[in-house]
Amino acid sequence: MLAQSTASEERKFLELKPFSDEMVVSMGPQHPSTHGVLRLELRLDGEIVREAIPHIGYLHRCFEKHAENLSYQQIVPFTDRMDYIAAMNQNWGFCLAVEELMSADPKFAGVPERAEYLRVLAGELNRIASHLLAFGTYGMDIGAFTPFLYAFRDREKILLLFEKLCGARLTYNYIRVGGVSRDLPPGFLDDVREFIDYFEPKIDEYNALLTNNKIFLERTVGVAIMDEAMAISYGATGPNLRGAGRKWDLRKDEPYSIYDRFDFDIPVGEEIPEAGAVLGDCWNRYKVRMDEMKESVKIIRQVLDGGLPDGPIVAAMKAIRPPAGEVFSRSEAPRGELGFYIVSDGSVKPVRLKAKSPCFCALSALQELSRGLMIADIIAIIGSIDIVMGEVDR
Amino acid sequence: MTTQEIFSRLQSKFEDNDISIETEAVLEPFIVVPSSLIALISEHLCRESDLAFDSLQCLSGVDLSASDETMEIVYHLFSMTHQHDLTLKVIVPKVEPHVPTVEHVWKIANWHEREVYDLYGVVFDGHSDLRRILLPDDWEGHPMRKDYKEPEIYRGMKVPY
Repeated sequence: MLAQSTASEERKFLELKPFSDEMVVSMGPQHPSTHGVLRLELRLDGEIVREAIPHIGYLHRCFEKHAENLSYQQIVPFTDRMDYIAAMNQNWGFCLAVEELMSADPKFAGVPERAEYLRVLAGELNRIASHLLAFGTYGMDIGAFTPFLYAFRDREKILLLFEKLCGARLTYNYIRVGGVSRDLPPGFLDDVREFIDYFEPKIDEYNALLTNNKIFLERTVGVAIMDEAMAISYGATGPNLRGAGRKWDLRKDEPYSIYDRFDFDIPVGEEIPEAGAVLGDCWNRYKVRMDEMKESVKIIRQVLDGGLPDGPIVAAMKAIRPPAGEVFSRSEAPRGELGFYIVSDGSVKPVRLKAKSPCFCALSALQELSRGLMIADIIAIIGSIDIVMGEVDR
Repeated sequence: MTTQEIFSRLQSKFEDNDISIETEAVLEPFIVVPSSLIALISEHLCRESDLAFDSLQCLSGVDLSASDETMEIVYHLFSMTHQHDLTLKVIVPKVEPHVPTVEHVWKIANWHEREVYDLYGVVFDGHSDLRRILLPDDWEGHPMRKDYKEPEIYRGMKVPY
């Protein structure tokens, strides 16, 4: 037997003993609707799911262990690979944490104004790209192939913008500790304006295509209800919490960066009795993302209209050497609150870096959410909580 | 409510002198509690209406140095009702570390504790399903410990590169 296993671990090695009419099926790790390599151990009674046990770790890359041997600036590209769908927001979340720790040092002047605007611009564009992917693949999981093509057509435009901005399409390494890596290329703001003018009316088109589609409603309305108390207990944040009706968004409630200068709303889920939609069901979680894209467009428009201040794009500093201490910092990524806990001993490397991933928390609710539902509903749940396995497994 | 006020509340409630507060820490003060009390204290913090720490933000193991004989487990709590936060720490020995689970207080603790068990080898007493979560079931050792040595061979594959 294994050297360091406990009693309960040993028990898990035994064969599962299903009831005589039960069947144990392994869904994944290679399955198109699991959004990466996730394996679900399903205990089925015909079509009904008695238990769905998630097995994760297939994408574990020891991010936290790596980070202990890297300087702070070297860690930034590693955060790209956590949630690779919204890498800008991951860069940003990590840099926020380091900057908060560095703010205890009087020599650190803070992030320059221009860099903050560039971060908001990049972060909100990435939020749209991320929600577009969530929308497109959710439709595809449920059986509607067309929205996927529409979503990827428009997401491609954002990726081209990012390619102009920093040279990369997915793993940007753009937001760095103290600022951003490079200034705007010529004509970039005009390109962004052209994109959002084109994009804003498309959201209504998507809603016509999928959100109010009869078949889609049948599959998602009233399915797998995660109410507010359950979402908070499971640590589910972002659209999953807002879909349960709680108006909570760190950009508004604990404003970081320069979000307090912009005017935007926080979309929350709503009860629609005639359609059968209840707070916290799959449809509401999905709908919040659709509405958030509009709010992101609003923020980007305000950045463009107000104009960007001139000045440096990165804080002047000799070395990134935060004072000894620790910080837990959160930011609002597209999939929820991304937290970083950093323990520093005053050297150039962190002693401990822990990433609290919103997808990890949301996925842990799957077991309770799926109990007693049908197999097809599992697909609807995974799509609606919108997980990226790169971030779950780190 | 500030950490200092919560500290006084806990001290009078649990009448335990082992609870201490660190106010000199950079950025945020934190409270150190004995491991035997963590489940009771968590329950108290979550259920009392004026504290209402209904959200466990993060639960991390911390191993500061290979030469230390203890590790830390850090609980970052937040109240969605009152919007205040709190950091709790539990110090555990590296040899046979045991901590009561807080799974019954916050459901997310189930997975967070499995992760700390997986990477640090801390056993959470009373946990409903304590097994590895990120690493394979037959992995040996707990890699986030500073004194960890990776195996030479895992299932016929060479590990160090």
